[in-house]
Amino acid sequence: MKVIQIDKKDWDRGIDQSRKAYHIFGPVTDDNQSVFKLLADDQYPDMERPDTIMSPKSVLFPQSEKILGASLDPAVENHHIMERPETDYSPRAVIGIRPYDAKALTLVNLNFDTPEYQDPYWCDAYAATTFVGLAVNHPSHADFSLAMGSGPFAEEGLDALLVDTGDFYLAKILTPKGEAYFAQAGFDKIADTDKSLEKIEELKAAAEASMGPVKVFTDKLAEKTILDLHSAPFWDDLAFTCINCGTCTFVCPTCWCFDIQDEAKGKSAARFRNWDTCMSPLFTMHGSGHNPRGEKTQRVRQRFMHKLKYFVDKYEQGTMCVGCGRCVEKCPVNIDIRLICNKMNSYQPQK
Amino acid sequence: MDNPYRPYPVRIDDIEVATVDKSLKTFKFVFLNKDDEEKFSHRAGQFAELSIPGKGEIPIGIASSPTEKGYVKFTVFKTGVVTSYLHNMKVGDIMGIRGPLGNSYPWDKLEGKNIVIIGGGFAFTTLRASIIYMLDPVNRSKFGNIDVVYGARSPGMLLYRDELFEWERRDDINMHITVDGTDDPDWGYNVGFVPTIVEQKAPRATPDTYAIVCGPPIMIKFTQPALEKLGYGDEQIIMSLENRMKCGIGMCGRCNIGKELVCKDGPVFTLRELNLTPREY
Repeated sequence: MKVIQIDKKDWDRGIDQSRKAYHIFGPVTDDNQSVFKLLADDQYPDMERPDTIMSPKSVLFPQSEKILGASLDPAVENHHIMERPETDYSPRAVIGIRPYDAKALTLVNLNFDTPEYQDPYWCDAYAATTFVGLAVNHPSHADFSLAMGSGPFAEEGLDALLVDTGDFYLAKILTPKGEAYFAQAGFDKIADTDKSLEKIEELKAAAEASMGPVKVFTDKLAEKTILDLHSAPFWDDLAFTCINCGTCTFVCPTCWCFDIQDEAKGKSAARFRNWDTCMSPLFTMHGSGHNPRGEKTQRVRQRFMHKLKYFVDKYEQGTMCVGCGRCVEKCPVNIDIRLICNKMNSYQPQK
Repeated sequence: MDNPYRPYPVRIDDIEVATVDKSLKTFKFVFLNKDDEEKFSHRAGQFAELSIPGKGEIPIGIASSPTEKGYVKFTVFKTGVVTSYLHNMKVGDIMGIRGPLGNSYPWDKLEGKNIVIIGGGFAFTTLRASIIYMLDPVNRSKFGNIDVVYGARSPGMLLYRDELFEWERRDDINMHITVDGTDDPDWGYNVGFVPTIVEQKAPRATPDTYAIVCGPPIMIKFTQPALEKLGYGDEQIIMSLENRMKCGIGMCGRCNIGKELVCKDGPVFTLRELNLTPREY
């Protein structure tokens, strides 16, 4: 295990140096909207405020992305034949991503990179990206990542983990991709491994302790049946206040559902994929008007059953929630996935 | 890496009005590239996304059999933006097809068995593909008795009428064509809803008999008890579902019934499998 020490005075210079080989994405606070963005040459990741409203999934899975295009002009060769547009997949680095968000991307990857089909837009972007995480020294009140198989210092899905120790960062190098990034940035001061790991452990223990005992439980979800949970009596109550705004799905780092829409302008046609939301009745409406999830309760149930049961059964890799707390904080009617998870986990069907 | 979103380019080779009300048309497509035709090799029961650049895509069951070479056929009901546009396209126009998608009817399991095909309305497309496939001289001996119960609102709303009446004359397939009602005094076939005709005409279940059911929700709902009365177990009832779809490859997230995705894990399920899902279709 290699640990690199980075003096914060040198940080911006290293970022600049890495721009020569990487497109740098990082947290920024533009227009009151804290997001991960492709940084302009004079822009730096906001390492003091990396807890973005929107998750960094958009780096790999943009909210709207052109996937195919064609000419509609019969005079043009290959008219009406759709082809993938040229996209730049040269190396990217995401700086300051939180550990739970990096874990979330590994879960989304299960959906897009399957034995039968590989989504080329996601796979190419994922392969091109190096993830440099920033450990969470002071977890927010809504952060329950420890209960969901991640945590403030978790390393899954990361190529390197930065730990803020005050005047300098300690960077745990986790993969060859991480190694390459730090070499390019010119950060090469090897720290004393034992001492720095000890420091990291100390900060980690403090961060985890500050979260208090785990209060969200998932251990019994797998043993319930889908039909028991689906027919549980609590869904109407839980969905009662929901206004189906979809905020929870848009801020969620693991929500991957999308829509495909075509546009034609003059003689050119484009096919886009856009984030979609299971909270919308249109998501499932048939051409006939019939809708299998036409009622609000059915849609709310779908969201939680997908994350906390269908996904659990399908992949046997835990839940499709990493505990970032965004939906808890942003829900306008205070629907709290932690309470719903506990309700599902403790549900005993009436015999 | 193959791009599963990129449609194979095809040319519309033929368009046929399929029903008297002109709400359904059958489109025959040929692939612009011979390689694509080979890559498309399908099994009866699968579907494909018909793709019109600038308009969108629609998931439609493949109506031609794998034994019909050189083209693929789809019968399309005019209902939304893409299907309405498609209904106005002309022979020679270029568009795209993405697929084949989904599983199929379980042909490995069905070999050596008696087959009862039950269809209603315009959900007869993949069933037509299945019948053509089984009646192919190379395949017919692989199956036992074949019975078909197919119904539509009126005689003019039956799909593939020429073929239906040709099958009526054959002795290696038992046809039970029916209509909900008709004012044609010369109508020589059944009158009555599909579930009723199933109860009257379909063979009783044996361990070696399987029923394939495809139709509107109301027909499926009432056909199920009719089959149960005839002794069919839930492993012997095979159904093809539809749900709103976009990607067709199990990624966009909308067509699920529980953890199963209709586009990728289906569209064909046994009743036993469906009984374990919340049946959100």
